[in-house]
Amino acid sequence: MAMVQARSTKYRVWASHVFLWLFLALILFPLLMVISISFREGNFATGSIIPEQFSLEHWQLALGIPVERPDGRIIQPPFPVLTWLWNSIKIAVISSTLILLLATTSAYAFARMRFGAKGALLKGMLIFQMFPPVLSLIAIYALFDQLGDVFPWLGINTHAAVIAASLGGMALHIWTIKGYFESIDSSLEEAATMDGATSWQAFWYILLPLSVPILVVVFILAFIMNITEYPVASVLLMDLDKLTMAVGAQQYLSDQNYRWGDFAAAAVLSGIPITVVFLLAQRWLVSGLTSGGVKG
Amino acid sequence: MQASLADQRNQGLARSRLIKQRLTLAAWLVLDILALYLIIVLYAQNQQVFALLALVLVSIANYIFWRAKNIAYRYIFPAIAGMLIFIIFPMIYTIGVGFTNFSAANMLKKEQATQFFLNQRFVAGERYAFSLHDIGGGEFQVQIDLEEEGGLQLSEPISDLTSLDERTVFSLEPAIVPLVDPLPIREIINLRSNLNFVDLRSEENEIRVRFFGLREFADVEPRYLLAEDGSLFNQQTGQTLVANDELGFFVDQESLQPVTPGYRVFIGWDNYLKVLTDKRIRDPFLQIFAWTVSFAFLSVVFTLIVGLLLANLLQWDQIKGKAVYRTLLILPYAVPAFISILVFKGLFNQNFGEINMILNGLFGIQPNWMTDPALARTMILIVNTWLGYPYILLLCMGLLQSINTDLYEATAMDGAGPLANLWHITLPSIIKPLTPLLIASFAFNFNNFVLIALLTNGQPDILGATTPAGTTDLLVSYTYRIAFQDTGQNYALGAAIASFIFIVVAGLALLNLKLTKVKV
Repeated sequence: MAMVQARSTKYRVWASHVFLWLFLALILFPLLMVISISFREGNFATGSIIPEQFSLEHWQLALGIPVERPDGRIIQPPFPVLTWLWNSIKIAVISSTLILLLATTSAYAFARMRFGAKGALLKGMLIFQMFPPVLSLIAIYALFDQLGDVFPWLGINTHAAVIAASLGGMALHIWTIKGYFESIDSSLEEAATMDGATSWQAFWYILLPLSVPILVVVFILAFIMNITEYPVASVLLMDLDKLTMAVGAQQYLSDQNYRWGDFAAAAVLSGIPITVVFLLAQRWLVSGLTSGGVKG
Repeated sequence: MQASLADQRNQGLARSRLIKQRLTLAAWLVLDILALYLIIVLYAQNQQVFALLALVLVSIANYIFWRAKNIAYRYIFPAIAGMLIFIIFPMIYTIGVGFTNFSAANMLKKEQATQFFLNQRFVAGERYAFSLHDIGGGEFQVQIDLEEEGGLQLSEPISDLTSLDERTVFSLEPAIVPLVDPLPIREIINLRSNLNFVDLRSEENEIRVRFFGLREFADVEPRYLLAEDGSLFNQQTGQTLVANDELGFFVDQESLQPVTPGYRVFIGWDNYLKVLTDKRIRDPFLQIFAWTVSFAFLSVVFTLIVGLLLANLLQWDQIKGKAVYRTLLILPYAVPAFISILVFKGLFNQNFGEINMILNGLFGIQPNWMTDPALARTMILIVNTWLGYPYILLLCMGLLQSINTDLYEATAMDGAGPLANLWHITLPSIIKPLTPLLIASFAFNFNNFVLIALLTNGQPDILGATTPAGTTDLLVSYTYRIAFQDTGQNYALGAAIASFIFIVVAGLALLNLKLTKVKV
């Protein structure tokens, strides 16, 4: 590709690199800062970006280990971070599994079968997907309040409620999987059906094994969406040790009990796994994201 | 020989099919029984709306499984049901709540509120000290001192006190041998819910007492009596409370003062009108609405500018090390938002934050990021641009690849600079596929609850508003605060405002559908 090269091109390339690095320095500043703060003594800003007084105290507290100060005082971990992380992971894994299961079967029907109202349902799903649950929190709260009267395990302040509420947001995933199914030639399944396989067998033994990549992508996407979900969990969960990380983390920075250093350690601890998963998966995620959704 | 083998196999198949059918049938029976139980309980608790929702869903499920010829519906039912229960039903319910007076003061249904009044007691006569005694064999006796009216009295043995859960009358007899060793107060506290059902009567002294407080039995009477016309007569004060179904309160007949707790009634368009006409609600509402629109619009513009610029740079093939740049540039998107927003909250902290520390060191200024409305809004836009540009960057990088590079060569021949290229080639070629995504991004930011809730929680507040309204509140966080954080918990007003948001979002959704021309 023979672009016409101007003499100034070299300078422009250099300028671009300089600009990009300056921009990156600005953008990455908060992330580097929080890592440094997690190793800095105390809970307030003092001094420079590289900690002068290196300390693992915040990390110990984040991992739930009490800290003994030189003067003999023992400091208990302020919040059950590991419990919150476990809650988050538990909820996100179960939700994502259920979402994957239900979205896949629906997507199969939408991609391969003919039925009335198919177009309307698909369009309707796209429209209603734009109404986030945060707009109907009052109703969602009332719904689980009522359900809890009959089935206490599904009421307010249960993880089952948060998991159930996540099942409303499947449209995006159905669209993603449907698109992938449609890109797979259906002749294999048709042959199987000719030989007497039921539609379920054709789906389960032929189409699914061919679709593992998209299933992994959707699972990760749903996992990230669920683990970062804040509004519904913040209304449905009450007890300190039932909270998810997304709801609990803000308690570090309340005006009455400001624990900046402890927060930094907890944030890095819980943020790194999610960030790594996202970066590993992002190449495949992009296509799913562009098909209509925005990360919540 | 061969024929019989085939027969056997067919029989085996038939048998396994039969077993499968029976299992399915059994599973459906269990599910239906559970569902029916749920519906009946909900209905019995006067929750007709929820009972109806459950009934409709269960009926559709059964119809689809047993009657519908097209099995496709079985596959899509769970997902559609999920959307119905957790998106569409809550929306309809929210709009409905907007027409009621549902709030902390009007939480109960009318029957529940009436029952609340009828459950109130007052001490009509004397109060007597008592002691509780464990007489062995799982039996208890209450010893009560009637003083001048009858001296020490003992109840008949109460055998099922620990499981007592309905009002039971026990007679009192004079205590010939007074009991000693009363149970400690701790035991009484443990048993207090059971003791509430103990009704002691002494026929000869014409005394009727019930558990009152932790140390006494007293002659308590219901405070209110229900009259035939549904009004409540207060035996203690002689007042009459009349139900006012327009207000949703019982009202004192003479002073016309409402008495809490009220109950839930439909009040028509009041909440919606209040948002439009009540100055102290309308002004903050309009201010928040204007800010919400400008916030969403500016967020899209800023993220678009940054994202598009970076995408163009990374697209330029003279730049080396693109993979590294790309990974580092999308880092803000990879870090969970709830963490990065809180990180910014800490960094921007006026007193202890690193940003003010650096600004102070460099320029000697310490801006009030959290208390000055304009600065708080600036901060929110900075943070949201940080959070949002990688998404646009990813989109643009995808779209830019599809542009025919011959176009750039042609303009280069004509001596066009990078800006001219951007304006005349790049933008026109990507604007069409980008528009629906930008609208979706606008809609997302319009309802960007997490950002506001975690960063400022709407602070600083708007002065003179009767609802909790902040200068940085978006409509959606405003709704949340009215419903869940204000002491009045005005769910109804929150729901009315949420309904306004529905209209805006519906408009955006339809516009988007039209622009994308979805193929299904």
